[in-house]
Amino acid sequence: MGRFFGLTAALALIAGLAVPLAKAEEPKQGGTLVMAIGATPRHLNPAVQSGIATGVPGAQLFATPLRYDEGWNPQPYLAKSWTVSDNGLAITLNLVEGATFHDGHPITSEDVAFSVETVKANHPFKSMFAPVESVETPDEHTAILKLSQPHPALMLAMSSQLLSIIPKHVYGDGQDPKTHPQNSENVIGSGPFKLVEFKRDQHIILERNENFFMEQRPHLDKIVMRIIKDGSARTIALESGEVMLSGFEQTPRDLTRMKKNKDLDVSGEGYAAIGSIVWIAFNTKEGKTSDKAVRHAIAYAVDRNFILKALMLGTAAPAKTGIHPGSPFYDDSVNGYDLDLDKANKLLDDAGYARGSDGMRFGLTVDFGWATAKPFAEYLKPQLKKIGIDVTVRASADFPTWAKRVSNHEFDITIDNVFNWGDPVIGVHRTYSSENIKKGVIWSNTQQYANPQVDKLMQLAGSTYDLDQRKKHYAEFQQIVAEDLPIYWLFAGPYHTVANKKVGNPPNSIWGASAPLDRVYLR
Amino acid sequence: MSFWNTIAKRVGYGLLLLVAVLVLNFILISIAPGDIADTIAGDMGGADAEVMEEIRVRYGLDQPFYVQLWRYMSRVAVLDLGYSYFFNTPVTTLILEKLPATLLLVFSAQILAVIVGTFLGVVAAKKPNGIVSLTVTFLSLFGFAAPVFWTGILLIILFVSIFPLFPVAGMIDVTVEGGFFVRALDVLHHLILPMVTLASIFLALYSRLARASMLEVLGADYVRTARAKGLPQRTVLYKHALRNALGPVVTVAGLQFSAVISGAVVVETVFSWPGLGTLALQSILARDTPTIMGILFFSSLVVVVFNILTDATLRLIDPRIKTG
Repeated sequence: MGRFFGLTAALALIAGLAVPLAKAEEPKQGGTLVMAIGATPRHLNPAVQSGIATGVPGAQLFATPLRYDEGWNPQPYLAKSWTVSDNGLAITLNLVEGATFHDGHPITSEDVAFSVETVKANHPFKSMFAPVESVETPDEHTAILKLSQPHPALMLAMSSQLLSIIPKHVYGDGQDPKTHPQNSENVIGSGPFKLVEFKRDQHIILERNENFFMEQRPHLDKIVMRIIKDGSARTIALESGEVMLSGFEQTPRDLTRMKKNKDLDVSGEGYAAIGSIVWIAFNTKEGKTSDKAVRHAIAYAVDRNFILKALMLGTAAPAKTGIHPGSPFYDDSVNGYDLDLDKANKLLDDAGYARGSDGMRFGLTVDFGWATAKPFAEYLKPQLKKIGIDVTVRASADFPTWAKRVSNHEFDITIDNVFNWGDPVIGVHRTYSSENIKKGVIWSNTQQYANPQVDKLMQLAGSTYDLDQRKKHYAEFQQIVAEDLPIYWLFAGPYHTVANKKVGNPPNSIWGASAPLDRVYLR
Repeated sequence: MSFWNTIAKRVGYGLLLLVAVLVLNFILISIAPGDIADTIAGDMGGADAEVMEEIRVRYGLDQPFYVQLWRYMSRVAVLDLGYSYFFNTPVTTLILEKLPATLLLVFSAQILAVIVGTFLGVVAAKKPNGIVSLTVTFLSLFGFAAPVFWTGILLIILFVSIFPLFPVAGMIDVTVEGGFFVRALDVLHHLILPMVTLASIFLALYSRLARASMLEVLGADYVRTARAKGLPQRTVLYKHALRNALGPVVTVAGLQFSAVISGAVVVETVFSWPGLGTLALQSILARDTPTIMGILFFSSLVVVVFNILTDATLRLIDPRIKTG
């Protein structure tokens, strides 16, 4: 594992050196980019709908106050600058002047206030804006977010698809914003592209916003997002040049195949803020997995390297904690439970789980909820047999079936895939906070893990702007959780952006393809 | 009983059947674990308890089962199929939006399968034990036995990846500009692979049927008479024998309509064909009850209507079929 990081670091160094040498290419204006997306969004308004399906087109239609570069640095977007008050309880956004919505109305601080209220009331990630008490609008171009406590997650929560600035004069007409007819048709946005047509299961056509507030952006005249659900069909479309760009690609076999294609650039850069992590979750309250020794033994019996090599074909990076390895808060020094069958067996022997006449100590059920998780569930069967655990793999017919089982805590072990969504406050805390043990809610703390010290650390790290302090708290948090092991983390979801070589500046920020594509151009 | 009385009776049965289909399906969907709130939470990457409760209240999922069923049935009674939970759009709009694509696919595949299947059957019947017959039998059985998604992917690999003759997915290329004719050609270009894939399942059926019924007819006395009076082989085959042999093929083609629709679900998914099948699959996975029910209602309506039409047609064509 050390070698892996060493190599990455070396490559990064070479890449860093190469940048000044390579002559910066002047982006070309114009052209139609045909890209693929894997699902039909429910609608196109990210203010009231989270998720990638809405996020990718949504980030084109709507601008956010901030955006982020590859290195987790906030960049001006609709807010040309911002300041945090000394006590940390007020964040002032200075908006770009002269920015307009797609219908020509100016974007004002009123719209920002309205957007924050709408997102706070309707978006499923309540932790993003929970501490925001009010938004003051001293003038048209200044919005001040007043907080009940310092809230460092707010910066990321104001970027990408998380705080779309929506027009108050359209979505504030009294209709429920969740079911507003203009979420799918005649969308009036603030972003680099305007909606031409949204045909479910077919395509989303976007055209250049001529009055976009950033000079000479976007570069493309038109983006056609073709909805192709089948992964192999997307691969073939990319290979044949029918589709020029696709984000969020993660099937190892397709990625390996496309990497060999000399017309395609396959890049795993970006997506650290999406922060997808695939893991093995334990029920820590009921059954044999409530015993920490059992969880430790299972972790030692699972060979993460085998999974990365044989099942992921080298497309994914290991994740030893619940924070994405690309995040500044990731702590690589935690115990990774590298394969050690003797230790695993000894742990179970010491804990008093004797082997029966058939060599088995006890049985456990392993759940999975979607096809791509199946190999990991099936891998556990022969692997855990080696330490005397008789695994029954339980398939679910579809996502809701699995979600019902897991969210009602009717499981021993399940394969899961959960996203960080930017700041740990948004997407990490929910999995480990004892307050978030909520029956019936998927991706709450379904492991029912509770540790007051962990709760305290999350609270501390979530309420200070001091990066070093936060790093320290999250490091301690990761150490403790890795010791308690409610979850054995496997790897970071291998999201890749596949682009035809003719595409310039394919999206590589921490939000991957769910970020504005205003810098993308066609060679 | 007169012809119209019989038809009226059929329509009555048809309506009863529709109600039974709806009630049964509603029960089946309710038994399935999980609901739209779980799906929406999954789609959004997580949600909190309040949001999920709000979704359930909004769509009446907090009500007991019989209340939900009663509400749904009384709306359907006035032909209101309701709103899709997932897309927040009237189900009727969704279905009408997707219907043309499915009809195009289903009808063209059905026509292709009937014509080619019958032709292959006739050719095979000429020499029932010849090499041509064996090849036809083998190929059609292969098409019948191969899973349709597999056939589809195989065709994609062959004709998109290796020999790039056709587009990989979808129904239109939005970057193609031109008049009606150009766009019609574009749709045809996209249609060929899914059409052939869907037809491949039914090809076997029709060719076997045509072959068997041709063999039977070819042994009949009147065919021997036709041959005896010196008619050329082609005239005997296509003019005298085929006409009579077609009966079973037409009947089965009419009754197979439901099977074609269910076959379309898979084909549409493989080829990203924007039809009812894609919608059906998505709404089942999403537990989008109104949409699933709407599609099932609609497709059972189509099947019932087609059965009545087939029945009526056969009665009109062949007076030997007694009414009553």
